[in-house]
Amino acid sequence: MSAIKPKHQRLVLLVVALAVLIGAGLLAAYALSTQASYFYVPSDLVAKPPEQGRAVRLGGMVERGSIKTMPDGVTINFMVGDGKARVPVRFRGITPELFVEGSGVVAEGRMEGPTFVADNLLAKHDEKYVPREMKDMSKAQAKAVIAETK
Amino acid sequence: MHGFANPARFLRMARWLMPLLLVPGLVLAFGALAWGVLVVPADRLMGDTVRILFIHVPCVWLGMAGWSMIAISSVIELVWRHPLASIAARAAAVPGAVFTALGLATGSIWGRPTWGTWWVWDGRLTSFLILLFLYLGYIALASAAQRDMAAGGGASRVTAIFGLVGAVNIPIINRSVVWWNSLHQPPSITMGKSSIDGTFLWPLLIAAIGFSLIFGGVVLARMRMLLADIQAEARLRRKAMG
Repeated sequence: MSAIKPKHQRLVLLVVALAVLIGAGLLAAYALSTQASYFYVPSDLVAKPPEQGRAVRLGGMVERGSIKTMPDGVTINFMVGDGKARVPVRFRGITPELFVEGSGVVAEGRMEGPTFVADNLLAKHDEKYVPREMKDMSKAQAKAVIAETK
Repeated sequence: MHGFANPARFLRMARWLMPLLLVPGLVLAFGALAWGVLVVPADRLMGDTVRILFIHVPCVWLGMAGWSMIAISSVIELVWRHPLASIAARAAAVPGAVFTALGLATGSIWGRPTWGTWWVWDGRLTSFLILLFLYLGYIALASAAQRDMAAGGGASRVTAIFGLVGAVNIPIINRSVVWWNSLHQPPSITMGKSSIDGTFLWPLLIAAIGFSLIFGGVVLARMRMLLADIQAEARLRRKAMG
């Protein structure tokens, strides 16, 4: 039996080491899958509510037509939903520019009774980038405009 | 591949290839940035801040591409012992770290007006910050290994192993927005599909090509410098002996 070339031995060793490394990485990522999330989605919050008063984050979509400004002018109430559950949120302060109905939001705060009281709001952008002129057009219209301007 | 094991041959090629990468790279990058800043219309939600896209995205791509190059070179060094592999890996580390830092800085500047915060500890941002720390660790280790090698030690293998282990972070960065809830949005460009409108996508792709060419040119320049360093050191040692 001929001896294995050192080059091949190194290659085998490296492949084994890489497989172990990738396995360890995947296991770590899997173990982190619940802890490393930046926020609760509304259905998590309803299914496994955190203790009252504990600082948590809630992320989801601001429901259309749900933003209501209170008589004091700086407090707003709105609903955050994820299609399965919805949570009422109260916030007092200045909202970020991208905080609009139908868009994503991450609220930092705590549960007080059934309401989530937010100290801070962060706007969550989606992965779509669309020029302002084309936002209200249908796909076919937008295509026509692009064809025209080319 | 082993034709370039002769550094003189590699250096001859690098000399004319370097300006061939740098000049078109600078033209394309600045052209695409000017197009993105002056011509492209504003985004429906973000308005003018969308223009940071054209510098932020190429920077973060190259930050990750730089470590991928380190990882591939490390494999070539460990298995095939190619003499240029460790030099290529070390040459990619500094520009990779610079692009990673630029990606973090531009992302932070973009986050303030759009998200309402400079920084959050979500999966994407945290894993990308770790990439910067890995680069800094790699650069420190590589320079220590060079001194060790000059003294006759074998620490260059340790650098290669570190480069390989650090590569675990690259798929984590890529998947972080899919595995975990994060403030950063999910990927816009996946496997031939894009949710970025063509008016933004074209200048972005051209900027990415331009920045990549600059990256390649800088890597070649640094490889020449590292080779010259090694030659100078060897010459000094011969003089000291003789």
